[in-house]
Amino acid sequence: MSDQKPTHKLGEHPDWAPPSITIGAVGWVRANMLSSPLNIFLTLLCGYLIYLSVPPVVQWAFLDADWFGTNRDDCSREGACWIYIGFWFKQIMYGRYPDTEVWRINFAYALLVVAAIPLFVPSFRWKGWLSVFLLIGYPIIAFYLFVGGSFGMEHVETPLWGGLFLTLVISVLGIVASLPIGIVLALGRRSDMPVVKAICIGFIEFWRGIPLITVLFMSSVMFPLFLPEGMHFDKLIRALIGVMLFSAAYMAEVVRGGLQAIPKGQTEAAEALGLSYWKTMNLVIMPQALKLVIPGIVNTFIGLFKDTTLVLIIGLFDLLGMIQLVGTNPDWLGFHIEGYVFAAFVFWCFCFSMSRYSQHLEKKLHTGH
Amino acid sequence: MSEIAIQAPTKEMTVTDDVMINMIGVHKWYGEFHVLKDINLTVHKGERIVICGPSGSGKSTMIRCINRLEEHQQGQIIVEGTELTGDLKHVEQIRKEVGMVFQHFNLFPHLSILDNLTLAPIWVRKMPKKEAEEVAMNLLERVKIPEQAKKYPGQLSGGQQQRVAIARSLCMNPKVMLFDEPTSALDPEMIKEVLDVMVELAEEGMTMMCVTHEMGFAKTVANRVIFMDEGQIIEENEPNEFFNNPQNDRTKLFLSQILSH
Amino acid sequence: MAQGVSNSNRPAKPPIWNDPVYRALFFQFLVLGGVIALGAYLISNTLDNLARQGIASGFGFLDTTAGFSILMSLIDYSEENTYGRAFFVGLFNTLLVAGIGIFFATIFGFLVGVARLSSNWLLAKMATVYIETLRNIPLLLQIFFWYFGVLRNLPAPRDSAMVMESFFLNNRGLYSPRPVFEDGFALISWAFVAAIVIIIFMAKWAHKRQEKTGQQFHTVYASIGIIIGLPSIAAVIAGFPMSWNYPELTGFNFTGGIVVIPELVSLALALSLYTATFIAEIVRSGIMAVSHGQTEASYALGIKPGVTLRKVVIPQALRVIIPPLTSQYLNLTKNSSLAAAIAYPDLVLVFGGIVLNQTGQAIEVLSITMAVYLTISLLISAFMNWYNNKMALVER
Ligand SMILES: Nc1ncnc2c1ncn2[C@@H]1O[C@H](COP(=O)(O)OP(=O)(O)OP(=O)(O)O)[C@@H](O)[C@H]1O
Ligand SMILES: [Mg+2]
Repeated sequence: MSDQKPTHKLGEHPDWAPPSITIGAVGWVRANMLSSPLNIFLTLLCGYLIYLSVPPVVQWAFLDADWFGTNRDDCSREGACWIYIGFWFKQIMYGRYPDTEVWRINFAYALLVVAAIPLFVPSFRWKGWLSVFLLIGYPIIAFYLFVGGSFGMEHVETPLWGGLFLTLVISVLGIVASLPIGIVLALGRRSDMPVVKAICIGFIEFWRGIPLITVLFMSSVMFPLFLPEGMHFDKLIRALIGVMLFSAAYMAEVVRGGLQAIPKGQTEAAEALGLSYWKTMNLVIMPQALKLVIPGIVNTFIGLFKDTTLVLIIGLFDLLGMIQLVGTNPDWLGFHIEGYVFAAFVFWCFCFSMSRYSQHLEKKLHTGH
Repeated sequence: MSEIAIQAPTKEMTVTDDVMINMIGVHKWYGEFHVLKDINLTVHKGERIVICGPSGSGKSTMIRCINRLEEHQQGQIIVEGTELTGDLKHVEQIRKEVGMVFQHFNLFPHLSILDNLTLAPIWVRKMPKKEAEEVAMNLLERVKIPEQAKKYPGQLSGGQQQRVAIARSLCMNPKVMLFDEPTSALDPEMIKEVLDVMVELAEEGMTMMCVTHEMGFAKTVANRVIFMDEGQIIEENEPNEFFNNPQNDRTKLFLSQILSH
Repeated sequence: MAQGVSNSNRPAKPPIWNDPVYRALFFQFLVLGGVIALGAYLISNTLDNLARQGIASGFGFLDTTAGFSILMSLIDYSEENTYGRAFFVGLFNTLLVAGIGIFFATIFGFLVGVARLSSNWLLAKMATVYIETLRNIPLLLQIFFWYFGVLRNLPAPRDSAMVMESFFLNNRGLYSPRPVFEDGFALISWAFVAAIVIIIFMAKWAHKRQEKTGQQFHTVYASIGIIIGLPSIAAVIAGFPMSWNYPELTGFNFTGGIVVIPELVSLALALSLYTATFIAEIVRSGIMAVSHGQTEASYALGIKPGVTLRKVVIPQALRVIIPPLTSQYLNLTKNSSLAAAIAYPDLVLVFGGIVLNQTGQAIEVLSITMAVYLTISLLISAFMNWYNNKMALVER
């Protein structure tokens, strides 16, 4: 302090350690949990809430839970009975897809994972071609695998599809198909041609203005009326068309956001080089805009993935639909909560990892520019 | 750095013996990092102090401790006889008497210029709105932009915004003004208009502490220049001596760098 | 005369098929023609199908008797009423659940958003965990969880959970006492109205006085006092002309009181908890969008933290918060249509479900349903445009 004799030369005061009370665990707790009376109160309140909620949940889900067994009698009913999930696992994952054919779904999953890995390898050079394969080639292969009826594979009707498998089919197909429509709509909305612009705005705002459930109702009761006599679409396909148009409208807005972020100078420069409108878009604007909108697309996908659960209302059995269905099995009544917790866990894992990925991309975009 | 020609003070600027700010053995840490080391500084009423030093030396931190935008962990800071402690009443008391001008102006973008100026007098000094507006208009005239009163900060140039910021602080009728690099976000042609306002303020006897690298201002207006490095006050002298005959090697190095620009 | 001479100071006209103006016109005709053709094709198919299946068309059905009962209604409704009236029952139920959802989602969302910014580590972490968990689980799943998992698993009426002998929670819903107004209650109502008028005048007076003399007045406390005090005095004068109708267990169920059906409870709960996570993030980014320099400048002027919050931070944060907030309100309203999955009689269930099944008039019924949601969307986006224009910061 000031009355101490300085032990150092002018300007060479050594670095002192901060007062012990402000550093280390003690300092951290003081600064982050006890810095004021209000803070102390909040800390106590939060601690109490945690004490109230966490131990019972842990007790129920882990400590008292039944993990091993083959039927209902193995459930002690003291905590969660995960045997229930194990018992119905196949239905929850694949619906009523024939047991002997489930390998086809698993094979398609494996193919997707293997094909998608190189996209995340920075040094991989043929990302463009791989993406084209994933967006066009892969769906065709998957279609043949899932539907069967050729190459010696048994035909599996879509009403047998279900569970997580159906959730993935609807959401992935919905998003993949909505991307091109969304791009066209976004370009239309930004176009100088009043008629085109009006039609695109009308289309986008219509689908964005109504709830998905009315879209699904429409697909199940109104679409059949639109078709000429004798033409018939499978329920799943009708739902898919509805989902696709619905998400295309949202996709259009995401893409429009990306287009708006591209400076006007880019278009002008491309036009100055003599590129036509479509060449300008394809070669200059879209590649930049699409990169910008990937986080937005991922977010749209997360939304769609969660919204897929609504198809159970028109009688398609996605993951949640399957959980609801097995919950009504007379032998297994009263396991609702286990079913919901499991479904929530699966959805959460997908959505959380995707939202993390999109945040990561956003950060990369912000620093990369 | 090129020196901007500023109007020479026309009046004699007097320094009194009353102590305005007293910093005694002040230390501050950011986490483990020792930013301010044993700062001892006494500022008298009417003094104009310029603080300079390399980037990261703790200049901003030091003046921000004076109105407790930063908290110090050791030592005493006494402003006008009131010590800065955790006591909120003391902090409020001191902030009323100490004005501050920031590098990036920090005007309130959602309020008109006039409302920017009257906000504090109305809510802190409990001044009637009419009166607050009169005071504000007078000050806007002093900083030479009365015609902008109804506009919003976003509509003004940087130099005008900084003058509004100075006027906003003056509205509280402070006893000390702190400036943290008030001109370094400005284009050269705007620097002068801000410095002119500051010179006038000095002539009127305002106690000022100013972090700046405008050496022209330091030479003509300051009565003391302080050089900081690595969180310490290394040299402290009246301007002539400071510039022509620096004592410390680090000061010499700094001055040679800054003047050769 | 050579044409080229008189036109020499104008650019030469390109052939018509290369002229961008004509090209654009032609393209637009093409698009418009395509859309019209598609529409005509669909309409003709539809008319064929309707004729073949013998489905009536037109909106005449709105005046026919509905013949079904509805679990819950805010207006008088019985089986003898028309489909038209059933529509309003559904509409009001939708608006009710959306209103309740918006109310709680806003309060909770703001609290959680602020909590996430708290300097208290524990509180901030808890808010984060809440947000990251609930926003990543489908809303329908949450509605099912509350409805089938929790509320339907509650004890039967005989073993209701009970608070103060007047609130009962069981698998039939939430029961609370209902106020019964007797003669003289009008006095209390008038006192209430008077209190509001007085508060408005007081606020004006306080504002004027502050402008004139600078003295501040605790309007908030005074208002609370008046709004509670005046009606209480009136109640004393009128001799408490109000009684409570308590829910009572008769046989297997409760009678009397107000009953909130479990469908409504679970729907409102799920909607508010889910939407609150999004609102919390909006609030957080809104507050973070106000730069730290703003608070510092305000503190440096000696303005207290409370006033800084009210006059500097909140007005700026609200500009950022309100547009996405209104779109969350819109989402919540649209999401309230998930009511159909647990049979809460909202617009979609009553109209898009029951009425559609009974009449078979899919086009008319769904068009009306969608028109309602579209109207709400348009109203909300009109508000948003108005707000954005009004609040846009004036820039150079
Ligand atoms: N909030 C903070 N947390 C941690 N470290 C900080 C913080 N603010 C400043 N520092 C560090 O403290 C040191 C002193 O900062 P300060 O802003 O006072 O420097 P300065 O002398 O004003 O520099 P400049 O000329 O660049 O403004 C710097 O090394 C800086 O990195
Ligand atoms: Mg600084």
